[in-house]
Amino acid sequence: MTMELATHSKISWCPGCPNNQILVAFRKAVTEMCEAGTLKEENIVASAGVGCHAKILDYLNMNTFNALHGRSIPPIEGMKAANPSLTVVAFSGDGDSYSEGLSHLIHSAQRNSDINVFIHDNQIFALTTGQATATSPKGFKGLTRPTGSIEDPIDPLRMMMNAGATFVARTYAGEMGKTKDIMKAAMAHKGMSFIDIAQPCITFFDTRDFYKDNIAWLPEDHDVTNLDAAYHATKQSDGKIPMGIFYQVLKPTFEEQL
Amino acid sequence: METEKNNTPLVTVAVGGAAGDGIKEGGLHLSEIVQHIGCYVYMTPEYPSLIRGGHNYARLTYGDHPVHADHSMLDVIIATNAESVLLHRDGLKNDAVIFIDSPYAEHLKEISQNIVSLPMSEAAKEAGAPHAAGPSVGVGAYCYFAGLSREESEGIFGKVFGDILGGITMNVALALRGYDAAKASGLTPRLVFPIQNTDTQTGVLLEGNKAVALGFLSAGLEFFVGYPMTPASSILHFLAKESAKGKIKVIHPEDEITVINMALGIAYAGKRVAVSTATGGLALMQETFSLAGVSETPIALAISSRQGPATGAATRTSQGDLRFVISSGHGEFPRVVIAPGDPEEAFMAGQIALNFAWKFQTPAIVLLDKQLSESYQTSTVPSGNTEVTPHKKASGGEYLRYQYADDGVSPLAFPGTSNTKVKATSYEHDEFGIASDESDTVRAMQDKRWKKMEGIRSDARHFDTVKVYGDSSAKTAVLFWGSTKGPVLEAAAMIDTPLRLVQVLWMEPFPEEEVAKALDGADQIIDVEVNHNAQLAGLLREKTGIMCDEKILKYDARPFDPATLAKELQDKLKIS
Repeated sequence: MTMELATHSKISWCPGCPNNQILVAFRKAVTEMCEAGTLKEENIVASAGVGCHAKILDYLNMNTFNALHGRSIPPIEGMKAANPSLTVVAFSGDGDSYSEGLSHLIHSAQRNSDINVFIHDNQIFALTTGQATATSPKGFKGLTRPTGSIEDPIDPLRMMMNAGATFVARTYAGEMGKTKDIMKAAMAHKGMSFIDIAQPCITFFDTRDFYKDNIAWLPEDHDVTNLDAAYHATKQSDGKIPMGIFYQVLKPTFEEQL
Repeated sequence: METEKNNTPLVTVAVGGAAGDGIKEGGLHLSEIVQHIGCYVYMTPEYPSLIRGGHNYARLTYGDHPVHADHSMLDVIIATNAESVLLHRDGLKNDAVIFIDSPYAEHLKEISQNIVSLPMSEAAKEAGAPHAAGPSVGVGAYCYFAGLSREESEGIFGKVFGDILGGITMNVALALRGYDAAKASGLTPRLVFPIQNTDTQTGVLLEGNKAVALGFLSAGLEFFVGYPMTPASSILHFLAKESAKGKIKVIHPEDEITVINMALGIAYAGKRVAVSTATGGLALMQETFSLAGVSETPIALAISSRQGPATGAATRTSQGDLRFVISSGHGEFPRVVIAPGDPEEAFMAGQIALNFAWKFQTPAIVLLDKQLSESYQTSTVPSGNTEVTPHKKASGGEYLRYQYADDGVSPLAFPGTSNTKVKATSYEHDEFGIASDESDTVRAMQDKRWKKMEGIRSDARHFDTVKVYGDSSAKTAVLFWGSTKGPVLEAAAMIDTPLRLVQVLWMEPFPEEEVAKALDGADQIIDVEVNHNAQLAGLLREKTGIMCDEKILKYDARPFDPATLAKELQDKLKIS
């Protein structure tokens, strides 16, 4: 089986942008699942909001719904409710879903909608050329506060565990193989699956060197069903950034009960 | 009793008291009862924005012919407290009868001699019924007053008391106690209408909100998404009840923005969906309304107007949002806006809106207002009236979601279809659905979408876009829309001068030719609206160049009273 997941659209991300790696990881994840017979090509729908992340839809030859800024999640919840045989994925960014559309992220987890949300977290509004988002570090010098951000960043993983997400993971765009595997696990999971993808913005906030030295993959024996353990595993005292699947449990989904 | 020029009697009754006293239910029960005696009713509940206390009342006017609006002076008031009677004091006719809960009877002695003390709260308490069942005692007393026999009354009670407020048996017992108490008081029955066969009703008691919901259902509604906001909430409540029967699925998510975005996802996946909200909620939905336009996603919206700006007078009526609603969403794209004037028209508007949305893949709005949304009217809606217009389906070959088509309507396919990629987007796009800002594409796609307007206009001609009542050749025309239809029809019946009554139902696309034809040859046009800026008059001038000579505008968050409006119309009439 060969799948043609590219379109006639020219890729317009900055050359070398890690969004390309997310695109490749996703195409591979879909291809492998289709080849394994766990997913049908026609049953996948990808949505996006507005931001650099959203361009990904133009590069995917599949069912897509490009929503508004911050609104990538409610449409796929509607799709899943209308047709439960679909596998629905919302691509979003930190500006798109941690700033503009945060309520949808929280409430989709609260109702354990059987959806997948993949956040391209570059810690910056990139398409609008560099302003602080909800995950920019304090002191970040953006166009809207040149002297440095005065707000502490939110912690998306812990926030999503509190909200009720049943699959919570973090990965690094540069690690395409691991990202692909985590995407596959998310799409196979029944319930609200959330992945925060660390995605350096090589133009406005290049964190590639930082991540090269500071990623700590979760140990094999990490208990994904223990919420307390998952919560504490998201941070390390040595400042390294833990990655992997932190939490995964099964609960009745919104659509099953609707 | 109010006498119109044709000497047809009308009776107006109020049920009043505090919030939580079961006032609206009392009004509904009484309305159904008069439908059982061969009469037609118009019933309006009025309430402030609070849950307990305050002053709630339900007014109903009925007669032996269809009644289109509330009439002011009261023949009877059924009150659970003295305050309600005192607040209505100036609105009582000289011979009005006051049915009052016993503890307050003493306070009201100086107001009127026609006071009947009824054990409303006492009887409810003794029967172990909820306090809110008290008005059933008043409803029973009213039946005695209206000339029904005890037997006839008991038969009707069994039909109108549903499974609420303590259950049917309990309420029948309370009503009979009221019947007996009224008889024992020595009150003389006032037989305005001869009692007809009490087995059947003249119609169904229907409010605008339920009517529009039934209209959506009649057009094949499969999903409904809503967030509560007065005066639209009862659309959501009614359909939520329907969903419990397994007919449709209903979702109440976190906010209005989610409502409309979820709905677009549902429609994209192939299910017929509608949403409802008040005009304030539509304000929140604006950006996504525009997304529905550019992504050509079918969606029907029931939007009920209330007095603004902002939170405004939250539970009161207004026609102040016509311009806002027809201009909804940024950017230019076709849409349908229909403003019905009564529940029967609201039913049709709901049916048309959902069908047009799917046929033309564009948003369609039914514009209601509080007065229409929440007022009940004896109505006829054929039970078998269903009409599901199919959408244009894809017919093989490479699928292009936004394929250029002669009529602007691209074939519609849904995810889950093999060898078909459905790409919908908020960006301007090429035929496949990939973002494009090329000047040729931007222009061509807009031309494609606007071509749909020709089909919409053409199909609209199969429906009443404009209606004319009264004398269609009269030299004086009265122009109105929405719920103002009721007071205008009632007011006109009180005026001897021939009047041409012109109701505009379709606001977008505006029926220029039909309106111009309806107004042709009129020497004087009087515009009547419940808003400050005469928005329909402005729209008429913009679209047709026709100017209204006179305007009668009301913007105190209350509908027109027919008698007052009749007087205002008389004052404006050109002396010929």
